[in-house]
Amino acid sequence: MGIEKQDTGLKITKEEVEYVAHLARLDFSEAEKSKFTSQLNDILMYVEKLNQVDTTNVEPMSHAIALQNVFRDDSVHDSLSHDLSLSNAPEARGPFFRVPKVIE
Amino acid sequence: MPYEPVIGLEVHAQLLTETKIFCSCSTQFGAEPNSHTCPVCMGMPGVLPVLNRKVVEYTMKMALATHCRINEACNFARKNYFYPDLPKGYQISQYAQPLSEHGYVDIELDGGKKRIGITRIHMEEDAGKLLHDEHLPSSYVDLNRTGVPLIEIVSEPDMRSTDEAVAYLKRLHEILVYLEICDGNMEEGSFRCDANVSLRPRGEMMFGTRTELKNMNSFRNVQRALDYEIKRQQYILESGQDVIQETRLWDDSKGETQSMRGKEEAHDYRYFPDPDLVPIVIDNAWTEEMKKSLPELPLEKRERFIRDYQIPPYDAGVLTSSRALAGYFEEVARLSGKPKIASNWVMGDVLRFLNEEKRDIKECPVLPGSLAEMIQLIEDGTISGKMAKDIIVEMYRTGKSPQAVIEEKGMIQITDEGTLEKTVAEVIAANPTQLAQYRGGKEKLFGYFVGQVMKATQGKANPQLINELLKEMLAKE
Repeated sequence: MGIEKQDTGLKITKEEVEYVAHLARLDFSEAEKSKFTSQLNDILMYVEKLNQVDTTNVEPMSHAIALQNVFRDDSVHDSLSHDLSLSNAPEARGPFFRVPKVIE
Repeated sequence: MPYEPVIGLEVHAQLLTETKIFCSCSTQFGAEPNSHTCPVCMGMPGVLPVLNRKVVEYTMKMALATHCRINEACNFARKNYFYPDLPKGYQISQYAQPLSEHGYVDIELDGGKKRIGITRIHMEEDAGKLLHDEHLPSSYVDLNRTGVPLIEIVSEPDMRSTDEAVAYLKRLHEILVYLEICDGNMEEGSFRCDANVSLRPRGEMMFGTRTELKNMNSFRNVQRALDYEIKRQQYILESGQDVIQETRLWDDSKGETQSMRGKEEAHDYRYFPDPDLVPIVIDNAWTEEMKKSLPELPLEKRERFIRDYQIPPYDAGVLTSSRALAGYFEEVARLSGKPKIASNWVMGDVLRFLNEEKRDIKECPVLPGSLAEMIQLIEDGTISGKMAKDIIVEMYRTGKSPQAVIEEKGMIQITDEGTLEKTVAEVIAANPTQLAQYRGGKEKLFGYFVGQVMKATQGKANPQLINELLKEMLAKE
């Protein structure tokens, strides 16, 4: 599962583009698939430059800013009004968002 | 071949905070659909989640109560998948660095105690709720629950029977409720459980292929689903086939587990640290503060009740089943100075009245002080135990003190020997046939005379005194 790095010179294969597209529920034409394969390869090659930096003594970090423990208090503020909540919905019914049926 | 089940459980518990984990919307259950929503929990572009401090503290409490190690630093990760109840397209959870790990709880079984390992406890957000249209190809989404804080408690695969699994679940449930960090309501989904089950030949070290069970919303359903699944896997293995690794849903009405094929695509959640949230660093001072805030936990309380009040383990178990009940009992025990008798009244009458009306001890009309007073009235002979049985009914019905009930009903026990002697003599005189039979050796009739005296005094006579007087006077020629 996931995207395994392959030692082909290319960072990403067309199959991987198809896999990621499927995970994102996107449908691409063959032409688009080749275009994205090549574009994603270009991007990853470019980012690859970061590997030239020596990070031997640098701890991995999950955040770019050296901040920690940012909290809120547990007190209720007003939510959006109900109509406003639903106002962007392509479809609504009564108080609900309406979506194509998903069966458990 | 004898098989041994191997069971691990994942429990999701909703935390009793006022607001959601990353925004200030209310977590209240049962509100109008989509009325507790805001741009953050609806996953609008450009919003920033900010962590509710209480979520961290509640999770720390559970971690400490289950002997987990609290990690010095932890963070949140995005778990990516598409489902209409998840508006952002990812769930914010913890992955590589959970808040706590490596704990345990002890469960009590018929054969003694057993320790069940806890792999990890982490924080995450809940998803929304879906309703499916029965006729139209539509589902309806309510996002009120989206972003309600959850903790996920993952056990080690340490359980070897359905009974152990249920005992473990009950133990977790009890601790969560004692800590007052979860209401434990399984029907409303505040306490949910998934199970991983596999079978292996007894004595084998390697685990067999497991299935994951979902949709069990009561302790009883967990029991039934596990029993069913163990039998199903045993049948498969005994007929030489292989168990397929899959997720199966418990169907309560059919009483069986069913494969979720179809939705069963290989998951690839592509976890990565959530860049919208900063790391959480927990120092010793904070951990110590949380440790100090822990109440006495159920198991410790149970052991203390058995030791200090000299009550049987079963009684101690019932009395510590909730913090409020334990508190009620302790108050009655302290005020009356008679813990064993207090235990009998609480376990017997008080709980029976409450259970009949499905009321909680917190709503009990008989206050601990009143019950203690009643126990003292029995002790000093003002009322008999039998009278007390009637008085407590009245106390429960009206919420009045025992003194008030006694005065209203004129229920003072007759302890005056002279008065009682007269009644006993009258009863004997009124029953010459029985008297002759009794004297002729039919000693069982003694009870009949006691009953007659009780009837004549409307139950107000001191039973011990009746016995003494009757014995004496029946023997007299």
